[in-house]
Amino acid sequence: MHKYTQEDEIIMRELMLGNKAVARGMYEAGCKVISSYPGTPSTEITEEAAKYDEIYCEWAPNEKVALEVAHGASLGGVRSACAMKHVGLNVAADPLFTISYQGLNAGLVICVADDPGMHSSQNEQDSRHYAIAAKVPMLEPSDSEEARIFTKRAFEISEKFNTPVFIKMCTRVSHSQSVVCTGERVVPEQVPYVKDPTKVMMTANSRNAHVRVEQRTKDLIAFAETDDINRVEMGDTSIGIITSSTSYQYAREVWGDNVSILKLGMVYPLPEKLILDFAGKVDRVIVLEELDPIIENHCKQLGIKVSGKDTFPICGEFTQNLVRKCMGMEVPESIHIDDEIPGRPPVMCAGCPHRGIFYILHKNNCMVYGDIGCYTLGAVAPLNTMDLNVCMGASCSGLHGFNLAMGKAGEKKSVGVIGDSTFIHSGMTGITDIAYNMTNSTVIILDNSITGMTGHQQNPTTGKNLRGEPAGKVDLEALCHAVGFNRVTVVDPYDLAEVDRVLKEELSVEEPSIIISRRPCVMIKGMVHKPSLHVDKDKCVGCKACMQIGCPAIKVTDKEDGSGRKVADIDTTLCIGCEVCTQMCKFDALKSADKTEVTA
Amino acid sequence: MAVKKIMIVGVGGQGTLLASKMLGYVLLNQGFDVKVSEVHGMSQRGGSVVTYVSYGDKVYSPVIDKGEADVIISFEKLEAARWLEFLKPGGQIITNTQEMEPMPVITGAAVYPDRLVEKMEEAGAKVDAKDFLAIAKKAGSAKAVNIALMGRLSIYFPEIPDEAWHEAMKAIVPAKFLEMNEEAFELGRTAE
Repeated sequence: MHKYTQEDEIIMRELMLGNKAVARGMYEAGCKVISSYPGTPSTEITEEAAKYDEIYCEWAPNEKVALEVAHGASLGGVRSACAMKHVGLNVAADPLFTISYQGLNAGLVICVADDPGMHSSQNEQDSRHYAIAAKVPMLEPSDSEEARIFTKRAFEISEKFNTPVFIKMCTRVSHSQSVVCTGERVVPEQVPYVKDPTKVMMTANSRNAHVRVEQRTKDLIAFAETDDINRVEMGDTSIGIITSSTSYQYAREVWGDNVSILKLGMVYPLPEKLILDFAGKVDRVIVLEELDPIIENHCKQLGIKVSGKDTFPICGEFTQNLVRKCMGMEVPESIHIDDEIPGRPPVMCAGCPHRGIFYILHKNNCMVYGDIGCYTLGAVAPLNTMDLNVCMGASCSGLHGFNLAMGKAGEKKSVGVIGDSTFIHSGMTGITDIAYNMTNSTVIILDNSITGMTGHQQNPTTGKNLRGEPAGKVDLEALCHAVGFNRVTVVDPYDLAEVDRVLKEELSVEEPSIIISRRPCVMIKGMVHKPSLHVDKDKCVGCKACMQIGCPAIKVTDKEDGSGRKVADIDTTLCIGCEVCTQMCKFDALKSADKTEVTA
Repeated sequence: MAVKKIMIVGVGGQGTLLASKMLGYVLLNQGFDVKVSEVHGMSQRGGSVVTYVSYGDKVYSPVIDKGEADVIISFEKLEAARWLEFLKPGGQIITNTQEMEPMPVITGAAVYPDRLVEKMEEAGAKVDAKDFLAIAKKAGSAKAVNIALMGRLSIYFPEIPDEAWHEAMKAIVPAKFLEMNEEAFELGRTAE
């Protein structure tokens, strides 16, 4: 089926994650530089690429920096790439649009991973709009083997048409494993850098570049008409489905071979004649695409009558049963039990250093402008201590705006809360605004020495690079002082009384302030933990005070003496002895044991 | 061969990803087309997690939908019940009898349902429920629950030779834990 695989020398058959297959494609294409910012579901692309010694990989402070680094490497003459999640592309949008004009020297591939269904994201934006807006071609694989092949093809298209090329992933392609047949690495010669005055993007040069981009799009449409990256699979002609990505898999799952499909591997720019020809051969055209009606609107512009978003939803992720239901087809019979099944939402880990901060913010009834990271879990029960969040860094700048509107009523009761990696990504500019334009805002930087939620990546505050080797290290205190904060206080989030005292003081002062809550994430490999606690069941009165912090290691059970009394119980496999709960107990019932454990 | 679908469900942090890796390895080496789909990210923080494993001559969808799974392997009893709707009527559930209370139960906002194994059987599922945590501990580590469950699963695949499972373990489990995991696999497989 994938006829373009025939050119590749097949080495081995392997079950591979979609993201790993993209990394494999980069390796085989001779890519030499990758700069990225982690973000689910894109993170493993760069992590897997870093396992090849031949590729230089780095974590950049944010996606804009990452794209500029990758583009710089392309101008320097080597194939280069960057990877990001969909919302990261918003951050990288500024260089994107002008890089599209300026062009490159060696191939440049931008991987962007959407998250339909928002498994791990704050919105469900459709990255294809960026391809259209920036006039940058976009390839969209439907499984791991296509992810590998399309990535290699993306470099070729990039060089042939002098344009960056998107590889557009989605959660189901990024995080599904399917069979890949790997090929060998072929490294093109480094392209010499030659000074070219038309590369300076101003007035006349930019006007000429825009004309070139419009012609490039026409050339790419001609390419899309005939290249086998778009393919027609004719079957029964009563229905013809135009689709791409994982939706192709759902179409085959539902209809099997009894249907005709135009499978688009390149979703921008879209072919015209190919689509018109296909539509002419079938009785009814259905466009099956997740999120926005982009292929559908293109078909409608071509004057083709199609079923699309009148039949399938814009919101959420597709599955085979969803397609069946929307088409009025039968879905498989299923069984259930009548009991209500309690939800199991994600929770902050036992011993998480964020817990103490959120408990104290809760106790002080603060308005908390949160940010993007594990600490967003401060919003859920029982802490319920996050009022707002928007995007990377908004906790700082958004708080400043909030306090401009609220005055003292805001300044005395509100805080911004942001993690170390998110702070470097986009919080620095926000706190600079606070210091420069002087609201008495208080920002808490949760410095847990790692990028937590995406799976423990290093960042500029950790002193280690992507490979875990020693690297430069941002001094957060010095940075905050340098942008204009006089008050920068470091607290230990395990010390509730100290956190409470410092918070009250910083909220009361008439100047901007920073609190740095410093404790490494408990899940960092090799961390030495204190012994787990246990409950003195004679002292415990079952008051549940320790439960207020929402630690998953603590629950209340029946006392084993058959008295019917309730007592606290600690799961010693989860507890890491942070002793935050002991500070909640008025009866001295939570005790430490005497052994030290190391996280495996 | 027509496509068969297996779900691996549990609680974030229980080691479901290693189980799916091992199962994928075994099925690929049997010459099948295989797809394994899982969601990473925030759900791993103690939330409910699910992995879909489909295999056969040609697999299209990476996900498994309601009423489609031939087998559900559950690391925790409540999770088996949560995903029951995804089982084909008459399909097989293999579940650990361990109970892990989710936060709404810990805080008292919800109750952990009783008699779950019986209720799932009454609903029309075949249920093979064992204390795989105790089995794993007997083998030497609570972390070997995943391998003990894989041992149990192997009973339901008489067509797959024993060597295939052991080969997969060798490829996936760190060498220093291999012996212990071999023991967990065997104890899971033979548990009464």
